[in-house]
Amino acid sequence: MAAPLVEMKDVSIAFGGVQAVDKVSITLNAGEVVGLLGHNGAGKSTLIKMLSGAYKMDSGEIFINGKKVTINSPRDARDQNIETIYQTLALADNLDAASNLFLGRELTNAFGFVDDDRMEAETRKIMARLNPNFKKLKEPVSALSGGQRQSVAIARAVYFNAKILIMDEPTAALGVHETAMVAELIQELKKQGLGIFLISHDTREMMELCDRVAVMKNGQMVGTERVEDVTEDDILSMIILGKNPKAAA
Amino acid sequence: MSEPQTQTQSAPPKRSFLQTLEIDTRLLGMIGAFLLVALVFNVLTDGRFLTPRNIFNLTIQTASVAIMATGMVFVIVTRHIDLSVGAILAACSALMAMTQVRFLPGTLGLEIGHWAIPWIAIAAGLALGTLIGAFNGWLIGYQGIPAFIVTLGGFLVWRNVGWYQTGGQTIGPLDQTFMTFGGINGTLGGPLSWALGVLAILFTAFAIYNSRRTKVKHGFPVKPLWAEVTLAAIACGAIAGFIAILTHYSVPSRVVARDPARFGCEVAEGCTPVYGLPISVLLLIGVAAVMTVIARRTRFGRYIFATGGNPDAAELSGINTRMLTVKIFALMGALCALAAVVASSRLANHSNDLGTLDELRVIAAAVIGGTALSGGIGTIYGAILGALIMQSLQSGMAMVGVDAPLQNIVVGAVLVFAVFIDIQYRKRLGGK
Repeated sequence: MAAPLVEMKDVSIAFGGVQAVDKVSITLNAGEVVGLLGHNGAGKSTLIKMLSGAYKMDSGEIFINGKKVTINSPRDARDQNIETIYQTLALADNLDAASNLFLGRELTNAFGFVDDDRMEAETRKIMARLNPNFKKLKEPVSALSGGQRQSVAIARAVYFNAKILIMDEPTAALGVHETAMVAELIQELKKQGLGIFLISHDTREMMELCDRVAVMKNGQMVGTERVEDVTEDDILSMIILGKNPKAAA
Repeated sequence: MSEPQTQTQSAPPKRSFLQTLEIDTRLLGMIGAFLLVALVFNVLTDGRFLTPRNIFNLTIQTASVAIMATGMVFVIVTRHIDLSVGAILAACSALMAMTQVRFLPGTLGLEIGHWAIPWIAIAAGLALGTLIGAFNGWLIGYQGIPAFIVTLGGFLVWRNVGWYQTGGQTIGPLDQTFMTFGGINGTLGGPLSWALGVLAILFTAFAIYNSRRTKVKHGFPVKPLWAEVTLAAIACGAIAGFIAILTHYSVPSRVVARDPARFGCEVAEGCTPVYGLPISVLLLIGVAAVMTVIARRTRFGRYIFATGGNPDAAELSGINTRMLTVKIFALMGALCALAAVVASSRLANHSNDLGTLDELRVIAAAVIGGTALSGGIGTIYGAILGALIMQSLQSGMAMVGVDAPLQNIVVGAVLVFAVFIDIQYRKRLGGK
C-alpha cells in the first residue's frame, strides 16, 4: 500500500501546563475526507494548526507522501501544498477579494510591483467557476455576505492547487443554501484527488461528508472509524464518554 | 471549466455624476474643508491669506510635518502609534548639525563649505533615524511591548539624546547647501518650476491613459471617456495652478539687491526673479509619490494594510508581521530624519526644542486625513491634506490675531470634530 498523503505521528503540544494535544496519530489519504470531532477544547483545532503551521509542535513527526517534513510556519505548510480555511475565515476585511485571494503570494509585474489588474482577472476566472453569483470584486470583503466570504477563502485554497485541504468549521457561519454549496464543493475537490481534513460540531453533517471520522477528547485520540462501520450514536458516545465502543466490544 | 463571464457585463445601474467620475468622496470632503478654511481666512484677513506669498509660506511650513505624516499613516494603519517622532527629529537634527558644524570641520579638518559636508551630515541623520526607528520596531514587533509605551519612552529618550549631543547649545549656522532644503533659501525659480510642472502634467496624463488601456485589455468595466478626460483635466489644471501661484511670488527687491548673482543677474536693476517651487516641497512631493507607490503597488504596502485589517489573517497567510513592524518603524524613523533636514534648515540652525509637539501634529494630520486608529484604513494624500489643513488653521489664526490659547483650543476641537465626521461618514457607508 502506498504511503498515506499525510501521516501525523505521536504529535504533542502543551500550552503552559495544559497538554492540549497528547501523542496523537492520524492519517489522511488522497481523495479522502477525514472528519475531526470532539468537544470544544478537545484539541481538534490545535492538532490541525500544527499541520497548517500556525503552531509549532513540541514533539512528534509529520510525513507527507511518506517523506518526513518540518512545518514551522504557515509558509512551510504552503510549500507542502497544505491550504487551510479557518473558522474565523482569516480574511483581511479592509481589502478586496483579489487582494485576499493572493495575500502573501501576490502576482507581480516585471518591476516587482503588485499587478492588481492581473490578480483581478484571475479572481474573476476562479470565482466564475466556484460562485458565479460573485460580483463584488472591487469592494472590501467586509461588504460581502458570509457565503461570499467563504467562497473567497475556498478560492484561495483551490487557486493555489492545494493537495491537502484543512477546513475548520467551514459551514459554521453559513445559511442552508450556502452550506449545500460547500458540501458540493467538498465532493468535487475529493474527486480531484485532494485529501481533506474537516472539523465540525455537526455529527450528522460529518456522517454525510466524511469517509472516516476521528474523535478526540482532552487532547487524546479516542479512535478513528470508517463512517459505514459506525452509527451516529457510536460517535456521540465516543465524543461524550471518550471511549471507543467498537474497541471495547 | 471557465464559464463565459456574461453576468459581469450587465448594464450598470444609473449613477450620479460624482459616482461616474469615481472620485473618492472623502478626498472631495477634505479638499472642500481646506478650501473653506482658506476662503474664510482670506475674507478675515482682507485677502492676505490667499496671496502667492502666504501660500508659499504655508507649503514650506507644512513640509516637515507632512513628510512625517506619510510615515505615520503606515504606523497607524497597522494599529500602532508613534509618539516619539518629534523627539527622533530632534535627535537626528542634533546629529546632523553637530556633524556639519563640529565633527567634519573640526575633527576631520574638512574646510567649511566643502561640498561633501551636507551630504555626509544627511546620510548620518538618515542612518540614525532609521536605526532608532528599527530599534523601536524591534521592541514592539519582537518583544511585544506596546507601541504606545515604547514610543512614549522614546519621546523622553531621543530628544534628550539630542540635547546630550549638543550640550544644550543651539548649533549653527548650518551649511549653505544644507539650508537649500529649508524653503526660502532653496527654490527652483520660474523656468525650472514650470519645466517640472509640465513633466508632472505629461506624467499624469500618461498614467491615466495607461491605466485605462490595461483595464480595457483585461476586459474590466471602465468609466466613460468624458469622465476620464474630466479627471485628467482637473488633475493637470491643479498642477498648473499650483506652479502658477508659486511662480507669482517674486523675490523682494532688497533680497535681490543683496546678492544679484544668486538669482542669475549681473546687477540688481531690472532683475525680477520669482521663487517658484521650494526644494522642501519638492522633497515632500517626492516622498508622497514614493509612499503612495509603496502603499498601493508593493507587497510591503499590501501587507501593511492586510495586517492592519486583520493581523491574524496576515500572520496565517505567511506574512512575517514582526519584521513588518520593524520595517514600518524604520521607515518612520528615516522620514523623521528627512523632516529634520527640512525643519532645521528652515530655521538655519539646530535648537533643542526643534519639533516639540510635532508628534501630536503628525498624528492629528494623519487622523484628520482619514487614517483610522482601528487600523487598516488610511491614505498618503489624506495625511498630507490633513497636515495642510492644520497648518492653514494655525497660520490663518495667527494672521487674524487670535489669542494663542484660543488657537490651540480651535485646533484641538477641529481634530475631534474631523474624526467625528469621519465616523459618521463610515457609518453611512455601512462600513465599520
